[in-house]
Formats: sequence, structure tokens, C-alpha cells
Amino acid sequence: MLNLTLVLNQALNGVQFGLMLFLFSAGLTLVLGIMNLVNLAHGSLYMLGAFFAATIYSWVGSLPLAILLALPVTFLAGVVVEFVVLRSFYQRDHLDQVLATFGLILFLNELARVVWGAAPLNMAIPAFLSGRVELIPGITYPVYRLALIALGLLVALLLYLLVAKTKLGMLIRAGASNREMVEALGVDIRLLFTGVFGFGAALAGLAGMAVGPLLSVEPAMGDGVLILALVVIVIGGIGSIRGSFVAALLVGLVDTVGRAFLPGLLVTMLPRTLANAVGPALASMLIYLLMAAVLLFRPQGLFPAARG
Amino acid sequence: MRIGTFGAVVACALAPLAAQPAQAADKIKIGFISTLSGPAALPGIDQGNGFSLALEELGGKVGGLPAEVSKNDDQSKPDVAKQLAEKLVKRDQVDAVVGVIYSNVMMAIYNAVVDAKAIMISANAGPSQIAGKDCSPYFFATSWQNDAPHAAAGAYVQQQGVKKVVIIASNYQAGHDAAAGFKSKYKGEVIDEIYPAFGQPDYSAEITKISSEKPDAIYAFIPGGGNVPFAKQWAEAGLTKTITPYSAFMYEAVTLPAIGEAGLGVRSAAFWTYDLDNPASKKFVAAYRKKYNAYPAVYAAQAYDAVLLLDAAVKAVNGKIEDRDAFAKALATVKYDSIRGPFTFGNNHFPIQNYYATEIVKDAEGNLVQAGKGLVLKDDQDLYHDQCPLK
Repeated sequence: MLNLTLVLNQALNGVQFGLMLFLFSAGLTLVLGIMNLVNLAHGSLYMLGAFFAATIYSWVGSLPLAILLALPVTFLAGVVVEFVVLRSFYQRDHLDQVLATFGLILFLNELARVVWGAAPLNMAIPAFLSGRVELIPGITYPVYRLALIALGLLVALLLYLLVAKTKLGMLIRAGASNREMVEALGVDIRLLFTGVFGFGAALAGLAGMAVGPLLSVEPAMGDGVLILALVVIVIGGIGSIRGSFVAALLVGLVDTVGRAFLPGLLVTMLPRTLANAVGPALASMLIYLLMAAVLLFRPQGLFPAARG
Repeated sequence: MRIGTFGAVVACALAPLAAQPAQAADKIKIGFISTLSGPAALPGIDQGNGFSLALEELGGKVGGLPAEVSKNDDQSKPDVAKQLAEKLVKRDQVDAVVGVIYSNVMMAIYNAVVDAKAIMISANAGPSQIAGKDCSPYFFATSWQNDAPHAAAGAYVQQQGVKKVVIIASNYQAGHDAAAGFKSKYKGEVIDEIYPAFGQPDYSAEITKISSEKPDAIYAFIPGGGNVPFAKQWAEAGLTKTITPYSAFMYEAVTLPAIGEAGLGVRSAAFWTYDLDNPASKKFVAAYRKKYNAYPAVYAAQAYDAVLLLDAAVKAVNGKIEDRDAFAKALATVKYDSIRGPFTFGNNHFPIQNYYATEIVKDAEGNLVQAGKGLVLKDDQDLYHDQCPLK
């Protein structure tokens, strides 16, 4: 019943989904781990990124150009949100941050509705990225999803180099460990944090822009992905980019493979009507079961970031 | 003094009641309830547009009576809808409640409205309970019973000689009902039924699975936030040439601008399409496009039709709408120029009507539209009317 082609195909689907989750989660885990800020409004930045790209797309008609132009706009939007609202919340406790950023979600969703309307916007896949390509004989895969995989891997690599190998990355890590000492050395930590937040916003926005042609660009589109991202950073270990990379791939694979094969497996064991009722519910629970299992054995997540 | 005032107020309040049956009312109060905000609001906004358009064309009068109208947003929440309905029938004492997109909202307000003997006209939702044992003389639908469009799609797929189908429907009550409705008239082989979570954004796993099962066609019912993503991802997978997509309530005027060319070639069945050849429909579509600069979907057509129905029935009883039983009888039997063409109401006050094949094509101006492709079912009646005790 299971054939290799299908399993490979589904695994690619899982990897693609996982990499998009990683793009989204990377910013969230950076902000939480380094700035100690719980930002529930991360999904709204994903939404804003998609809206900026869709708007620019409607002017220029080219998806890559729209994404390139929308990235700095999303970065600026992140900087504005940090500067106006979140800056005063770094020293407050997490519950205050949750309340403030939840309010921000409601505000930004409504703002999007006022500015762009309730109807979803269209972004089309460019011609050179549409259609399917044969990977190995017998296995074809949509080109656009392959491009998403490449984009995800590229961003992961750049992030690794940025945080581990550059002076900026060093300052970011140092600022998280000992803020006062870094400030005493003459570094403007506020500016640094604002930059990190804007960068995280641009990453979330990039995820929204990249999946825009496959999903529906509409108000509140980021609310669902936030929950998955929280699962990812809990599994990966808060603050760890490497952890969120591994966890995002895990969540993507488990979710996709579960949805693809679990209902079919249940049909062979249970009566059809029961399997139809149980299968989908169980498949959508799998990632939460995974999270529970990880928390049981590694309460700090798979790759706990060194802090303090 | 206080008691005296109270008595006077009561007397004044009761006076019109005593005088009612004999004379025509001086106005008609209509409460419109629909989902006008939130992520599930597009059909409701379309519905509200159709409702407003009809009233505007009638010069703010229904059957010659000045219409006092309120528009209410249920936020697709049954509890909110129930409060609105109670306010409408108790405080505002409306004569009719019109609208409603979602069946769970309809079930929440239904009893409050018909128990108060106000006329309830559904311009979309058609749950089986209301078509069957819980039917009411005061309820009417200008749409369809929930199973019927899916059954019509099943009949269409059957007529096309399709041998193997995979059904994919959102995992909630209406999704399972859609699959059952489809299977009631499709007699070929259903090789798999897939139920993704409601509102799920990514369908790559499901679409890959479908392509490996190699059916001749799929039947998709993924409403709400999942419809545009599914439509785009289906097109992106490039399967439409080998697996014909059939669907319901996904590829329509309210979503096509976002779906774009990814919707081309998708088939469905509906009781009304924008190009249906009758004068009432043509007039409606032209007026809607002029006012809103977009094509109407079925939701607008159904609400527009509800106002036309009320208008004809108020005329038939010469404005004596306070005699509710006579008014309800007029609504059930009056002839009017419906946007669907001639039809009759069944004993449960759901339409006995035709269903047409549809396909997403480009019109002469290059707009994506859901065009009619010929008759599928003639004078189709829902499966539940036998259970309704009304004659």
C-alpha cells in the first residue's frame, strides 16, 4: 500500500512546511531568547509582510521584486512596533507582555481589514516557478515548493553565519547574556534590540510573503501559524536558532506524514465511519503529542540555549 | 399617578393589537442578520449587498409599505445571533427576519423567531432539522436545504460518467453532510474520503495523497479560510488536466478575485448562476455590478430574492401583514419573478427548484466567473420534506 514515491513526496512536503515554520519561528525565538520578550503579535508581522508584498505585487507584477521591496518595509514596520509599543515592556513580566502583544494582534488584524478590506488578495506564482519538475525518474515535485525549500535552507545558513560568525551576532549574544556590561562597553543596546526585533519581523514577513501565493493573504492569517511556532520553539529550546531549525523540520514532517498516512492506516484497522471520525482528529493532535513527549524527557527543549 | 401612567401605557400598547386583523399595517419591520465581520464575513457581506440592493430598487418600500430595516452582525457566533434575534422579535417586534449564512447561527435563532410568529426567511442556511421534523409555517428558504447542492453535484458527476472519485471535505458537521449528500446521487466508486481540519492552511499532504490514488475526479468542500489556499495549491500541483475538480461553495464570486486563474476549469452545481437566462436575474446582476463593481455570488441572489418574495406576499395580502397566518400562506403560494425563474415551495417551505452544472471560465471582459453549463436536476426537492408535518 505504501510506495516509496509517495513517502518521498510526502517527506518533501513535510520538509517544505517545516522550513516555512522555521522562517517564522526564528524571529520569535530570537526575540524571546535574547530580548526576553513574549511577542504573540509575531503572526501579525507575518500577515503584514504578506500584505505589503501583495500590494507591491499588484503594482509591479513580479513576485521576486515584490518580496525584495516588501522586506525593508516589513523591517520598518517591526521597528515602529518595537519603538512605539514594546520598548517599554522589556522590564515587565511575561503576563504583561502577553496582554500587550495580544492587544496588538487585535489592533493589527483590524488595521489590515480597514486598509486592505476583508477579501483575500491575490499573488500569483511567477511563470518560471510554476509547474512540476522531475527530481529523480518517477518523482515530480512542484517547482514553487522546491524554491521554498531552497529559500528556507538559504536563510537558515545566513542566520547561522550571522549569529555565530559576525561581530553583530557576537554583540547580540553578549547583549542577551549581560546587558549592562555590553552597555558599559559603549554599545547602544536599545538600538541593537530594535534592530533584532525588526530583523525578526522581516523574517516572519518573508515567511508570509513566500507562502502568500499558496495561501490566502487576508486579515488574521497569522493567528494559526503562531500556535505552530510556539510548539516549535518549545520543542527546540527557547532562544536557540539551531533548536528551532530542527524542531520546525520535526513538526513539519510529523504533521505532514501524520495527515498523509494516519487516516489511511486507521481505515485498515477500524470501521470506515469510525476511522473517518478519529483519523483526522488524531492526525492534527500528533505535533502536540510530540511536544508533550519532548517536554517529558527534555523539559528545556532539544537544544536549550546557554543563558546568563 | 404612577399606576395611572402605567395603565395608560398598557392601554396604548394593547390598542393596536385589538385593531390589528382588520386593516393594513402602516409599515413593515425587517431585521437583517448576517455575518458581517470576522474572517468568515465575505458571504455575509455579499448577502447584505443583495438585501440592500433589492430594498433600494423598491424605493425603500416592501409591498407598498414603508420598510423599517435594521442590519445586524452575528459575527458567526450563535450566542450573539440569539441575543440579536430576541432583541428583534421582542423589543423591535419585527415582522420578518432575513439573512443568515451559517447553519449553526440559524439553529440558534430559529425558535426565537418562529415562536414569536415572525417570518423567518433564510437567505442561505438550510439545516435538515428545519426542512424535516422541526419545520414551521413561518419559515421560508430562498436558498436550498444543505444537502441539496452536494446531491446535485453528485448527480452532475454521475451524469459525466465519472468512475472513481475522492471526496475531500473539511472535518466538521457540514463537511461530513456534504460527503453524504454527494454520495446520495453519485453511484460510482468513492475510493477515499479525506477530512482535513477546518481552516487548515496547507494541503500538500492531502493533494499528494489524492494524486497517488489516481481518481478520475475529486469532490471538494472546504469552506471558510481553507478555500483559497486549497484552490491555489490544487492548481499549483498541476493535477486539473488528469483529475477533474468538482466542488461546492469554494470557487465563487466572493473568492475568485483571490483565487485567480487557479480556479479555471473547476466544476460545480448550483440553483443559480450569474448568467441564468431570466429577466429578474439579468436585472439583478446588472444592478449589482453597477452598484458594487463586482459580480454577485449566490448569497446576494438569495437575499435579493427574499426581499422580492416579501414584496410580492405583502401585496397579495394588501398590506395586512399582522394576520400572520394569512401572510405566511401568501408567502408560500404567491407567484413572483424569482431570480431562479419559476419555482414552487415544498410543504416545508424549501424551494422545489432546478440545479445547473457550472464551470469557472473567463467572461468576455476577462473576468473569472462561475458560468452555467446546462440543467442537471429538474424540480429537485430535498430529502427531508417527508418528515415535515406541514401539508
